[in-house]
Amino acid sequence: MITSIRGQSLLSLDELSRDAMLEVLDTAESFVEVNRRTIKKVPALKGRVVASLFFEESTRTRLSFETAAKRLSADVLSLAVASSSVKKGESLRDTIATIDALGIDAVVLRHRSSGAALQVSRYVPHVRVINAGDGQHQHPTQGLLDAFTIRQVLSERRGTTGLESGGELFVGLRILIVGDIRHSRVARSDIAAYSTLGAEVRVCAPGTLLPDDVDRWPVTVADDFEASLEWADVVGLLRLQAERGSGAYVPSLDEFTFTHGLTVERFASIRPETLIMHPGPMNRGVEVDSRVVDSSSAIVEQQVANGVPIRMAVLYLSVAGSGES
Amino acid sequence: MSSTNERQARARGLAFLAKSQLMSADDVARALRRMAHEVVERNHSTESITIIGLQSGGAPIAEALAGYLSEIADAPVTANVLDVSFYRDDLSHNPAPASSKTSIDRDLTNRTVVLVDDVLFTGRTIRAALNALSDWGRPQAVQLCVLVDRGHRELPIRPDFVGKNLPTSIDEAIVATLDGVWIGTRADA
Repeated sequence: MITSIRGQSLLSLDELSRDAMLEVLDTAESFVEVNRRTIKKVPALKGRVVASLFFEESTRTRLSFETAAKRLSADVLSLAVASSSVKKGESLRDTIATIDALGIDAVVLRHRSSGAALQVSRYVPHVRVINAGDGQHQHPTQGLLDAFTIRQVLSERRGTTGLESGGELFVGLRILIVGDIRHSRVARSDIAAYSTLGAEVRVCAPGTLLPDDVDRWPVTVADDFEASLEWADVVGLLRLQAERGSGAYVPSLDEFTFTHGLTVERFASIRPETLIMHPGPMNRGVEVDSRVVDSSSAIVEQQVANGVPIRMAVLYLSVAGSGES
Repeated sequence: MSSTNERQARARGLAFLAKSQLMSADDVARALRRMAHEVVERNHSTESITIIGLQSGGAPIAEALAGYLSEIADAPVTANVLDVSFYRDDLSHNPAPASSKTSIDRDLTNRTVVLVDDVLFTGRTIRAALNALSDWGRPQAVQLCVLVDRGHRELPIRPDFVGKNLPTSIDEAIVATLDGVWIGTRADA
């Protein structure tokens, strides 16, 4: 169990304690303020080098990690995999060794294989590894930013701030996660974050899109989607991941929308204060109707906006606290 | 609410064993009132002054000083707060400190900034604060107001307004709040 990510790699939320998570959320509050300043830059990571290695395509995660590192005054080495030696068949190990030889303090890694971040942390134990998504395993910063966004929005509604709410707000909060849970690293990180923070988590999906070991997860599985929507304080939607073959797990996209899509009809029957979340990118019209996403219940834009402060907090805690090696 | 404070206190690892009290709450109030008069005397008015308390010890003191300034000037003076964690030069040696709120409500260009802190020691916090201020513009002048100056400076920094000069030995610890000033030792040291 990791009780603080200071000076540590961030590979998964499964082994993170509640205090460690709240430390990241509290630190991110300070960075929200930094991002509102005219000069959105602090010298905390001056002279540090952060390598950004994205072996899998990404828009928001990559941009927000690199923006975060730059706003902390770190130097960013960005590897464009498409034009690198990876295309010539260089192994992950050799690529990491090459980058490490340039002198780096941290690696932000996105890879299509589950466990890639752990593997890299073993190759270069003196470098902090921040997992930016590994296969179907984990996407820790997404889990943290989703928890942060929930705390921010609910605190604001109660006329207080996230810092003052602390962790109490999550205790007993009802969170429903719907969709392609089997292939989703976001679901795994979200569930780890929510359940550790004290929320009650329910998942709902076609049987084929539930992982085989779901009975060992800290969640309950619901069959009745409509009843679960009424039960939930927060609804987290997931993208149907065609590139990971989820198309083969449902008869058709229309069928999925019919049974588990958040359509306008279903949206009309849920409580008005229920929050709707989606980690993006969205398949509008498949897991969620366009009109639902554009309604005031959806906090998708806040999620995107919080990407930079959360990643600044993670980089700051993980890298700034680590002594010179 | 308390859980946040407890977490942050634990994170800072602060445990203080008081040996003796050097100033009472009344002494502190008198010192602050005197310093408020000195601030007005030096700057002739409070119009161009921006008060900034350094988190976390300087924030309540800045608040109190702003209160006295408002009385003297008969015009509202508000206190801002600044957390210098992200500007410190010892981040790579010490674990990343917990961070708290920063709120500076205006551009500081051509303002006279009065930085307020509880204890002036090595001067490194003030150096970090001076760095941070430049991100809010170019102040006309920056003045430093501290409740206690305990010596042992490591940088060429000196205070403009001092509540009390306390010569200390380097391994002693000082706690200076609105409730009083104590000298003692760090329990965890």
